[in-house]
Amino acid sequence: MSRRYDSRTTIFSPEGRLYQVEYALEAISHAGTALGVLATDGIVLAAERKVTSKLLEQDTSAEKLYILNDNMICAVAGMTADANILINYARQAAQRYLITYNEDIPCEQLVRRLCDLKQGYTQHGGLRPFGVSFIYAGWDPQRQFQLYQSNPSGNYGGWKATSVGANNASAQSLMKQDYKEDCNLKEACSLAVKILSKTMDSTKLSSEKIEFATVGRTKDGTIYHHIWSGKEIDALLKEEGLAKEEEESG
Amino acid sequence: MEVLLGITGKDFVIVAASKAAMRGASILKSNDDKTRPLNKHNLLAFSGEAGDTIQFTEYIQANIALYSMRNETDLGPSAVASFIRSELAKSLRSRKPYNVNLLLGGVDPISREPSLYWLDYLASSAKLPYAAHGYAQYYCLSILDKHHHPDISFDQGMRILRMCTDELQRRLPIDFKGMTVKVVKKDGIQEVEYDTSKQVLSA
Repeated sequence: MSRRYDSRTTIFSPEGRLYQVEYALEAISHAGTALGVLATDGIVLAAERKVTSKLLEQDTSAEKLYILNDNMICAVAGMTADANILINYARQAAQRYLITYNEDIPCEQLVRRLCDLKQGYTQHGGLRPFGVSFIYAGWDPQRQFQLYQSNPSGNYGGWKATSVGANNASAQSLMKQDYKEDCNLKEACSLAVKILSKTMDSTKLSSEKIEFATVGRTKDGTIYHHIWSGKEIDALLKEEGLAKEEEESG
Repeated sequence: MEVLLGITGKDFVIVAASKAAMRGASILKSNDDKTRPLNKHNLLAFSGEAGDTIQFTEYIQANIALYSMRNETDLGPSAVASFIRSELAKSLRSRKPYNVNLLLGGVDPISREPSLYWLDYLASSAKLPYAAHGYAQYYCLSILDKHHHPDISFDQGMRILRMCTDELQRRLPIDFKGMTVKVVKKDGIQEVEYDTSKQVLSA
């Protein structure tokens, strides 16, 4: 029965559902976990890297964390190829805003631009919706530090802590328990790795398996974003006691 | 001989524009308002070619209003100035460019800082403490150089404006029919009563 409706993105089923959109959401719930935590003085994004192999070039750029703008970064869960299209679009939109108004695009506006594009694919246009959810971390002068999440349907919302991808339900409930509203960036970072360590299959983490990025404010008040290097991630894991034993294989 | 003047101070921007609508040597109207409010705390004053001024300013006004509606937030003066500059630059390179000169007075909704932007039809944009367009530049900039300070009060600002308009009445060969004076403060745009009926004797 459903085959009559699920081959088209744009057509409702008799129960009033859009199957292609639901399948996209389902695809994402199998992807590597990504999460974001909002702190008083910054935001942390963390993501699980699914493809790890000894043969894989490790020093190539981040797989799931991307810079969108001078004031914004995002984490991806889902199909990376689809994400690249959207990230390219977002970067162009941000630069277009910068050239006309000579200031950075407000975070929510950039999120909305992307979501309008995503929504378009649930109604007309292509063959399927974009198979990606994003978590966005950014800063603007009006609303300071902000965390957003969006999904293939084109819905988005602002969050204090959120996650997407595999095990996102358990990550979410851990956050509900442990998140403190007045936490600082350092506490947010340790919350993020703790949750990742519990939701990922392997208990011992390493910089090969996760990615980390922060948005914060320097001492002189300028906003920075930073995608962490392997060394920095390992240092954090060590501090939190979640690191893999030093070269156990010898 | 249109007059546009702008003066910033501690917490305000005064924007003044002559009331005469002219065509050649004739005055067609003596209560013309050459200003348009763009949003709660941004005011644009314009001079230049008759049709172009209103067409361009109302286009800007509509776009700034659209932005406010779409985003539930108002653009600050620097963003508005950049937007206008980009539109002027686009127009300049078109088949028939707009011939409009502008002063933008505004107060930043977040930092509450007043600012004044001087823009011309060649898409120059400059943030200035005080500014004038047209012949008013020749007579007023020296007065403003001497008397203006960045932290003047509103009353001091109005006194400096009076010195400027007196000088203009004294030296301009054509009566510009007085000034529309508006002030932008943190709580919005207000019109200021401004009487220029007192005779100023020429030098």
